[in-house]
Amino acid sequence: MSAIRAAGAVVARDLRLAFRRPGESLLAVAFFALALALFPLGVGPTPALLVRIGAGVIWVLALFALLLSLERLYQADFEDGTLELMLLAPAPLELLVAAKCLAHWLSSGLLLVLMSPVLALLMGLPGEALWVLPAALALGTPTLTLIGSIGAALLLGSRRGATLAALLVLPLFIPVLIFGVGAVDGYLFGLGGRGQLLMLGALFLFALAIAPFATAAALRLCGE
Amino acid sequence: MQGYANPLAFRRLADRVLPWTLAGLAALLPVGLYLALVQAPPDYQQGDAARIMYVHVPAAWMALFTYTLLALLSAVAWIWRHLLAEVAARAAAPIGAAFTAVALLSGSIWGKPMWGTWWVWDARLTSVLILFFLYLGYMALHDAFEDPARGARAASILALVGAVNLPIIKFSVDWWNTLHQPASIMRLDGPTIAPSMLWPLFVMLLVFKLLFVSVWLLRIRAHLAERRLQGLRAMGARGVAATAG
Amino acid sequence: MPLFAAEDLACLRGGQLVFAGLGFALEEGELLVLRGPNGSGKSTLLRLLAGLLPRREGRLWWRGRTCEPQEAAHRARLHYVGHHNAVKSDLTAAENLAFHAALYGGGERVDRALAAFGLSALGEMRVRYLSAGQRRRLALARLLLAPRPLWLLDEPEVGLDRPSRKALAKLLEDHLAGGGVAVVATHGDPLLPPALVLELGA
Repeated sequence: MSAIRAAGAVVARDLRLAFRRPGESLLAVAFFALALALFPLGVGPTPALLVRIGAGVIWVLALFALLLSLERLYQADFEDGTLELMLLAPAPLELLVAAKCLAHWLSSGLLLVLMSPVLALLMGLPGEALWVLPAALALGTPTLTLIGSIGAALLLGSRRGATLAALLVLPLFIPVLIFGVGAVDGYLFGLGGRGQLLMLGALFLFALAIAPFATAAALRLCGE
Repeated sequence: MQGYANPLAFRRLADRVLPWTLAGLAALLPVGLYLALVQAPPDYQQGDAARIMYVHVPAAWMALFTYTLLALLSAVAWIWRHLLAEVAARAAAPIGAAFTAVALLSGSIWGKPMWGTWWVWDARLTSVLILFFLYLGYMALHDAFEDPARGARAASILALVGAVNLPIIKFSVDWWNTLHQPASIMRLDGPTIAPSMLWPLFVMLLVFKLLFVSVWLLRIRAHLAERRLQGLRAMGARGVAATAG
Repeated sequence: MPLFAAEDLACLRGGQLVFAGLGFALEEGELLVLRGPNGSGKSTLLRLLAGLLPRREGRLWWRGRTCEPQEAAHRARLHYVGHHNAVKSDLTAAENLAFHAALYGGGERVDRALAAFGLSALGEMRVRYLSAGQRRRLALARLLLAPRPLWLLDEPEVGLDRPSRKALAKLLEDHLAGGGVAVVATHGDPLLPPALVLELGA
């Protein structure tokens, strides 16, 4: 019971911190929107082309936006010593890690999900995308946070965090990207994307089963 | 098994095994090359270009084998804090990466005359490319920390996570391929292979295996020697400090 | 029977031996002070006793039973205050303590903890506006959030003014009088006359 209370306190604290420093969360969202605006400028504003690449571009940018926000997942707690106290808390570290991931997703992935219909309109995606894209992102981005949490924990205290994080984490993001884009394109081009949506859900459950343990193992190294 | 946990016991074993693997390599490599380049018949469709298969297939096979070994060794190193397993995993990674690179490059060289392009985003190619990145990440993570022990432990976790993820990546990439582009390219695993080609392939596999074991043992031995040297230096430094103090 | 004892502790850092053959035995109410120059392994020993670091060799006992510092039962009996204050500058002092109270599974003793270090008036203030000494007091106020028999303090008096030092000494005295034990690393004069002194790096 006290473990649940501790996890709840972690979520509440991280959300409060995110709320008091909205800049950090909004930065990822701003990147998401701004980078998307570059694509029509880069490949030309042909509507058919934008519709064809729209889902893929939005997903790739969501990957990058989350990657950018991952560094701060454990870094601050590591620097100010809070991480040591979390390692020493009576509650299981795995549970606290899951709580941190939840708070992180609420302050990053969720914002991307909420943003995505606007981006779909900017890319000229058909009306169906207005619900499929947020649904796919809502199923997929938590998985990205969980996988990214492993990478962020592994790199804590290393000499070259951010660049190496991309190398470690992006290959593991690929399944989510494939099924995420597959789901959206499936609906948009009439192929049916239900299977891919279910697959995204399955990946999330799988990541949920593994990531807290791998992250906790990596965080314990930081105590050493 | 426990005996080889001792670096010294391992060194004795390596010293005994290495001459044999090196001799086997020296003996089999010319045989394998002869069989592959001269003896084996040219492919009835692809001609002599198909001979690159005798490098490509063993390299790809060893790339996967080495990652499996890496993951198993990492598990042992993580669970039992086993020094030798840690060193052995670390020593295997660059060899695995090299095999993966050879598989990619030889595939690319093979693909140009056959498919008319150096690279296709085929499921198999893509998943091997991702395997290559996993190797790179493992090696980079190893070197990313001031404290080498920390890097080794972190890399062990990554190797295990990668091992879990690799089948998922493979599976997803397979599906992605069938979704987006129909199989228009010639399949590597198309016609069943003739015995006259299978034999040379088998010998080349053995050559690659011996090459791996030889280089691996040499690298482990070098790592252990380096660790010992650092240990001796540290002891020397302390001795100086003690006499000064 | 000693409450907390260790025998033959050894620790490796980066492949090098920090200390070896270290041992002590603390009865209820006893204070162990760790002394020694920088790099002698005081912090390492405290982190080892907290279970943050693995030990290379040695055994530990709690109430006569062998204990493993990494296990949850050990974590539930100790307070550790390291070099870092572990406070968030964007939270108020009271919010920081409330978070730690929830993390430790302690009761709502935040007001009492603030009062013990003269921080009551600053409870609603964001930590970013507090001085270094006030932040250190806030970190030490954690000790009062949940009763724990084992205190591991790493140079707790750094940055404290004289009254706060006194408050800390008083707190430690009460803790020991209540049957607890403490291991404190320090450079200066010990806060209280220690029962045991361990000279490291000698």
